[in-house]
Amino acid sequence: METLVAVISANGLITAFAVVGITVWISYLMSARLTAGRIHGSAIAIILGLAASYWAGSVTGGSRGVVDIGVLAGIGLMGGGMMRDFGIVSTAFGVHISELRKAGVVGVISIFAGVIVSFIVGALIAVAFGYRDAESITTIGAGAVTYIVGPVTGTAIGASSDVIALSVAAGVVKSILVMIGTPLVAKYIGLNNPQSAMVFGGLMGTTSGVAGGLAATDPRLVPYGAMTATFYTGLGCLMGPSILYFIVRALV
Amino acid sequence: MIIYGVALLAACLLTGLYVGELLGQLLGVQANVGGVGIAMLLLVLASSTQRFEPLVTGASATGINFWSAMYIPIIVAMAASQNVVAAVDGGLLALLAGVAAVVVSFALVPVLSRFGPQSDPLPPLDSTPGTPGTLATPSKTSGGV
Repeated sequence: METLVAVISANGLITAFAVVGITVWISYLMSARLTAGRIHGSAIAIILGLAASYWAGSVTGGSRGVVDIGVLAGIGLMGGGMMRDFGIVSTAFGVHISELRKAGVVGVISIFAGVIVSFIVGALIAVAFGYRDAESITTIGAGAVTYIVGPVTGTAIGASSDVIALSVAAGVVKSILVMIGTPLVAKYIGLNNPQSAMVFGGLMGTTSGVAGGLAATDPRLVPYGAMTATFYTGLGCLMGPSILYFIVRALV
Repeated sequence: MIIYGVALLAACLLTGLYVGELLGQLLGVQANVGGVGIAMLLLVLASSTQRFEPLVTGASATGINFWSAMYIPIIVAMAASQNVVAAVDGGLLALLAGVAAVVVSFALVPVLSRFGPQSDPLPPLDSTPGTPGTLATPSKTSGGV
């Protein structure tokens, strides 16, 4: 047993391939047997992943889900930013330039709209919860943009650390909800073509959320949504500590 | 050679991330601005350029298609390494802020999608377990779009 654990731990990435492979297999089985194919196998796999992460986080007290369980550390490599970005870029293979052109302008508009709308919603909820200083309101608003924009903004304008932690939590909620919610609402928001996928990516912005949500909806939409989503966090980091902060400061 | 396709993919990502970092520094932002998006554009351009044809057809294409088929498993691994506990424990404020931002953004998708030229809905997927592998069908596009 000790030898087995040693082998598994020493070959983290390989273990991750095996574990994720089994998870995906179980998910497709569940999709076919329990939901008659109505819920896509990849959606179930992502939810199983999130559930495993919640369970692992509660057991270990760590912040990286199952990665904090020694034998599963390789999952962190497989699901880390490096592999995620490599995978996302590879999905662009086969994308039609003509479709990208079609959504060009409206795609850019959607990125601005997404950042501003999420910020306003987050800021209003901060006010509703009794925050009155511009720094806290801006930081929580920025957290509703993405969990990267929150702490970047909060650090830049000098928000307190508990407010920064809140902004990260808001961003993580957003990202997870997009992963789970997208396949459920796709039908109702017309998310079935490249153009609306680009608008979707621009509005949601959270790269992990968009990547997971579209993968669970229709993998062919992933490159279009990811294309706009990757500009969102950059724009948020640009606007959060500057123009959005100045506007909030002028208002309170 | 499979490695040619994989190397092209790697080169696109590295170039994109580098340009994204430079853009971030230029704008004074502590983030990579659109690096992955730029990398995707580079790959799309490369796969429709005559000069790169040996890198995006035949066995080389297999190298790229392998990674796009690995995309969903990678996302599953990513989901398993999220800080879900923090999201659940963030309290009502974090929950409400996250949920409200998502709901409002969802609602805006059909509103904004109405602008500009429309694209047709994709044909329905055949939901066999193998579908992730079919997400990139470059055979028709790689020659020149």
